[in-house]
Amino acid sequence: MSLYDLTLSEVAGKIRNKEVTIKEVLDDIYSRIEDVEPKVDAYITLTKDLAYKRAEELQEKLNNGEDIGVLGGVPIAIKDNICTNGVKTTCASKMLENFTPIYDATVVKKLEEAGAIIVGKTNMDEFAMGSSTETSYFKKTKNPWNLNRVPGGSSGGSAAAVSSDMAFAALGSDTGGSIRQPASYCSVVGLKPTYGLISRFGLIAFASSLDQIGPFTKTVEDAAVMLNVISGHDKLDTTSADIEKVDYTKSLVNDVKGKVIGIPTDFITEGISEDVKQAYDNAIDTLKEAGAKIEEIKLEYAKYSLATYYIIATAEASSNLGRYDGIRYGYRAKDFNDLDELYVKSRTEGFGDEVKRRIMLGTYVLSSGYYDAYYKRAQQVRTLIVENFKKAFEKCDVIMIPTAPNTSFKFGAHNASPLEMYLEDIYTVPVNIAGLPGISVPGGFGKNGMPIGIQFIAKAFDEQNLLQVAYTFEKNTSYIDKKPAIEEGK
Amino acid sequence: MSVSKEDVKHIAKLSKLNLTQEELEKYTNELSSIVDFANELSNINVEGIKPTAHILDIKNVFRKDEVQPSYDREEILKNAPSKDAGCVSVPKVVE
Repeated sequence: MSLYDLTLSEVAGKIRNKEVTIKEVLDDIYSRIEDVEPKVDAYITLTKDLAYKRAEELQEKLNNGEDIGVLGGVPIAIKDNICTNGVKTTCASKMLENFTPIYDATVVKKLEEAGAIIVGKTNMDEFAMGSSTETSYFKKTKNPWNLNRVPGGSSGGSAAAVSSDMAFAALGSDTGGSIRQPASYCSVVGLKPTYGLISRFGLIAFASSLDQIGPFTKTVEDAAVMLNVISGHDKLDTTSADIEKVDYTKSLVNDVKGKVIGIPTDFITEGISEDVKQAYDNAIDTLKEAGAKIEEIKLEYAKYSLATYYIIATAEASSNLGRYDGIRYGYRAKDFNDLDELYVKSRTEGFGDEVKRRIMLGTYVLSSGYYDAYYKRAQQVRTLIVENFKKAFEKCDVIMIPTAPNTSFKFGAHNASPLEMYLEDIYTVPVNIAGLPGISVPGGFGKNGMPIGIQFIAKAFDEQNLLQVAYTFEKNTSYIDKKPAIEEGK
Repeated sequence: MSVSKEDVKHIAKLSKLNLTQEELEKYTNELSSIVDFANELSNINVEGIKPTAHILDIKNVFRKDEVQPSYDREEILKNAPSKDAGCVSVPKVVE
């Protein structure tokens, strides 16, 4: 067994106990990256020099008997829309190809304070807009389970990096499923915490009322460890919740006796593949056998989440991406006659197709004459969806649904119809609309060998119940033991 | 078509984007199909329902207006596509 095979908690323990040096761990990860990255293309930037420098500093501290933190010496990857001081942060866009932040996102600061070593910045859909990582300006990340298929998105690079053991954990961001869906496609754990639990300071904004940062890990235990590190109030993010700090590792209890699991049968109907339905039914059986009570619930407005999402998210995006004007930072066109032409040419040349589509859709739903019919109405439906969940949680502790209706698809499969790709997000989007925490845990494999994720959803700020049920599910199944072949397939 | 070519031209202008003739056709089709899909919301009775802009019950977070050290000017300007005399430079705006 190689070091890179270990979980985050295992490798952190080995470093702390001086069974291995931090340099040995880092050597192993970079040699793994050398072997696998040419096939997977998960990273946009590798930060090898900085990583080795930090490894040296941390090892020296450790040797002096100092505490180097719960993540001391552990190599971790960061999605390329999260700002890293002095390291390019591109959002996988030509617009930010040469942008180097002069500050760290709060989550990056917290990871480093806990001793983590950043090994690189991961590929993603441009400005986190997409479900396959195909809209990246730089490269296409491949799914380690079949290199002819997509890793999911938008945090596809982070999911693929953890899945193929090129990092012990990674950060992603989730606006409509961008952590959970790629976690599902790549058979890793992906956690989207409650809106407000994690500071968004330094996360390049897509849709501010929906965006949330969260971890990709190999196990639920590691997700709890990561959450302990990155959660907490931040005065630099006014939407960050000022609540008491919780030790999430205390929720790692293999027991669901007395827990009520909600099954929204009215929602899980159309478009779901046979394989996913089978895995879902198996998951219900697993939890039932472990002692949970299964309760049917209704989420009658959840099916409207996608339409609601594509109005709200694009409206917010059209506003957020107004800042890319070619003036203070980012891409500036070469030839222009006046200021307006500078704006138009810089944006036209700097943004890709999907980003333009969403900016225009958002501009449309906010424009005079359409605001009430689309934007305001979507916000009202948002209220109905929020209330829907509140009512459902009167009857259950945690809701369980599949993470995605299908397994990973082939490159280009949805090129002809953007709307078709949007439909892949049907099970993840409601969680963002309602600001709830959701986690995707490996839940089986389709007949074609591609991974399936099972998603758990809890009340706002009830990550404890969420993690306990997810942990119990993981401990009573063996899907996380299977590793990807990192080869081409059908 | 729920979204016309004229609509798309107008919103492209508002979005400060240039579209080729080919893109205009493409986006008109795609935006129409997405807007048609979004129109399913028009079947829902939303009368008297308060809109949700934001999920948390946080309003007007204030802080004291105090002078604090900020970022270094030279560092900030490193990301500027064009600069002059310690400032970001832009094409002439006023004749």
